[in-house]
Amino acid sequence: MKLNFESGFRFSLFFVLAMLLFSTCEIMAAEPALPAGLESPGTRSSASEPALPGGLGGDNAGPALPSGLSGKAESEKPADTPTGSGFPLNGFWETRIGTRLQEDRNEKEMSILETRLRLETEKHWDRVALRLSADLLADGITEEFDTDLERGEGLVDLREANILLRPLSFMDIKAGRQILTWGTGDLLFLNDLFPKDWQAFFIGRDTEYLKAPSDALKASFFTPVVNLDFIYTPRFDADRGITGERISYYNSSAGKIVGRNMVSDLARPDDCFDDDEWALRLYRNVRGIELAAYAYRGFWKSPAGMDSSRNEATYPALDVYGASARGQLGKGIANFEFAYYDSREDEHGTDPLTRNSEWRFLVGYEMEIAKDLTAGMQYYVELMDDYGNYQRNAFDGKPENDEYRQLVTLRLTKLLMNQNLTLSTFIYYSPSDRDAYIRPNVNYKLNDSWTAEAGGNLFFGEDDHTFFGQFEDNTNMYLSIRRSF
Amino acid sequence: MRYHITIIATLLFALSGNSSWAGDSAKEKAPDVDTIIKKANKVSYYQGKNGSAHVSMTIKDKDGQTRVRKLVILRMDEAAPKGENGAEANDDYCGEQKIYAYFTRPADVNRTAFLVWKHLDKDDDRWIYLPALDLKKRISSTDKRTSFVGTNFYYEDVSGRNIDADTHELIETTKDCYVIKNTPKDPASVEFASYTVWIHKTTFLPIQTEYYDKDGKAFRKYLALNVETIQGYPTVTKATMSDLRTGGETTAEYSDVKYDVELPEDIFTERYLRNAPTKYLR
Repeated sequence: MKLNFESGFRFSLFFVLAMLLFSTCEIMAAEPALPAGLESPGTRSSASEPALPGGLGGDNAGPALPSGLSGKAESEKPADTPTGSGFPLNGFWETRIGTRLQEDRNEKEMSILETRLRLETEKHWDRVALRLSADLLADGITEEFDTDLERGEGLVDLREANILLRPLSFMDIKAGRQILTWGTGDLLFLNDLFPKDWQAFFIGRDTEYLKAPSDALKASFFTPVVNLDFIYTPRFDADRGITGERISYYNSSAGKIVGRNMVSDLARPDDCFDDDEWALRLYRNVRGIELAAYAYRGFWKSPAGMDSSRNEATYPALDVYGASARGQLGKGIANFEFAYYDSREDEHGTDPLTRNSEWRFLVGYEMEIAKDLTAGMQYYVELMDDYGNYQRNAFDGKPENDEYRQLVTLRLTKLLMNQNLTLSTFIYYSPSDRDAYIRPNVNYKLNDSWTAEAGGNLFFGEDDHTFFGQFEDNTNMYLSIRRSF
Repeated sequence: MRYHITIIATLLFALSGNSSWAGDSAKEKAPDVDTIIKKANKVSYYQGKNGSAHVSMTIKDKDGQTRVRKLVILRMDEAAPKGENGAEANDDYCGEQKIYAYFTRPADVNRTAFLVWKHLDKDDDRWIYLPALDLKKRISSTDKRTSFVGTNFYYEDVSGRNIDADTHELIETTKDCYVIKNTPKDPASVEFASYTVWIHKTTFLPIQTEYYDKDGKAFRKYLALNVETIQGYPTVTKATMSDLRTGGETTAEYSDVKYDVELPEDIFTERYLRNAPTKYLR
């Protein structure tokens, strides 16, 4: 090729014009630059051309090929292993402060005032895993620093300390302190007889604290036909319930609302291996529908009896049988669950001091009703067995429970600001008890470490003795700030 | 003059890497649009019979603040149905899938696990496991075009959009790409009027996607930034999704990508939702 200045110039001009033309027709489609790794070899073969900058790839106006398609291996590899060696330390530090919105002459004005440090670690081997999770807690309301691991009081609250074994391909065993949950209810529990911490729930701790830990052995078996969970708790794990220490409540023997002036004495069954609990679940998934059957033998998880000679609240023996189903229905998720509570110490409902047997039914439905707005509704009913016997044997003047206790719940959750801001509310309303409990909550993730939260526990009721109505004077609001690591 | 034009033509041909720059070269004819879409769907979501990857998603908002999500994704394809007379399974099969995602970052979602059973003819089954409560929660999956864990990616971007949900039209063939316009069959179900995807000719990887509103204005853009060939499968290992309206964007980086790993099917059940299959998450 012989090029003098003039032909060189003309060549360049044609080249530019041709390129423009070429570019235009490509720009019309706005072809993306090929990503690295997709660039065509042709680009590189035209040795006379300067190498195009990364991202522009082998094309002129088209899409840059991604690196890797360009033949240029300039990609950097992000390396991050989630399950590294050693004992990784995770957790959070949180401070939470809250106050009653009205005077409660039986309790302090502050409803919550605490700072806690959660530390957790775990270690995995091929068939074994260890896990430890504990809170160091400075509680400004109880000012209690003596640790009681069973009740979760004091300086240390041990949440989990367990070992997971996978001895056989179809079997898992988890032994030690663990959080256990099953069933289909949303903040309603029928066949989930694992311990709850209602006090933590009502004073506005994080929802995770509603579940108190169990000291138990869980054996799980997995077969193509059905899966089985068997949980043995050698010593009864009661709910961490309302004693009057922090939450005022209706004391039926006193016939009035009491609090710190009358912290209730609880007679927990606490003999190892004698006062034990076992829980069983059979479950399988049938074409997207989760079916489960449950059984439990143990005790009422909250006081459901009275030892009149000692004036102590008791935990009578209880068996529970039930079943549940959950699946997609229309555009949402539907669930159904029932349970029969067999109060074994009051088989015919004639003992006025012991809670009668009862049926519990739940139906629920949850769906996304608008973008990032989810609504969940549940209807729940407790139906007292042997209601006639209950009425005939009730003490005079004692407020009578209805045969049916009905509850309707509504959960609304709205996500905003790229899911960093969550507005939610959970409402319990009982048409039979004519009381309600509302849990509004605002949660904002300031960044990947910091979360701020504000919320409330609002109780309403016409009567002093109903489930939520008794807590009316405990209505509170709280704020918290948490740094996770 | 004729001489110059020949040179120019030759140069351009060379530049365009032997592929048709006008889209009508006799040497190369574009496959039909359904074939392109099927192949693109296959290489995007169905490479190998299963796979695993570590994913780091960096969300950058318009103010430049960044948030990072880290997770491990395990994926398994349901076996393709056998053809007639027990013939070999159809290699093009893009059927039902199971996906397990295990989060490690940010710290407040550490150990949270997601399980998805992806269906073609009905809504997916989706569960989330919240370890602090030991709660296996079922979640509604009707709206797949909502943000995946607060990123600019949607669930549908992560697990794949049903190719039958749109009509596809090959609007252009460029040097490197087939340019396909996709129009939703049910416009009310999505936030876009159409989207155009640039599919790389040799690998069939979508390397750019733009979503348009009803005025034809682009408001959302996906861009593949890096591709690596892993075990013979060209794989996007870095990509970004931009919200052109807010200026936010999320960059996803994939590492430790593996295909055809030994992954037991029961990984995708409640057993491993409650107790993570750590062996497969390394």
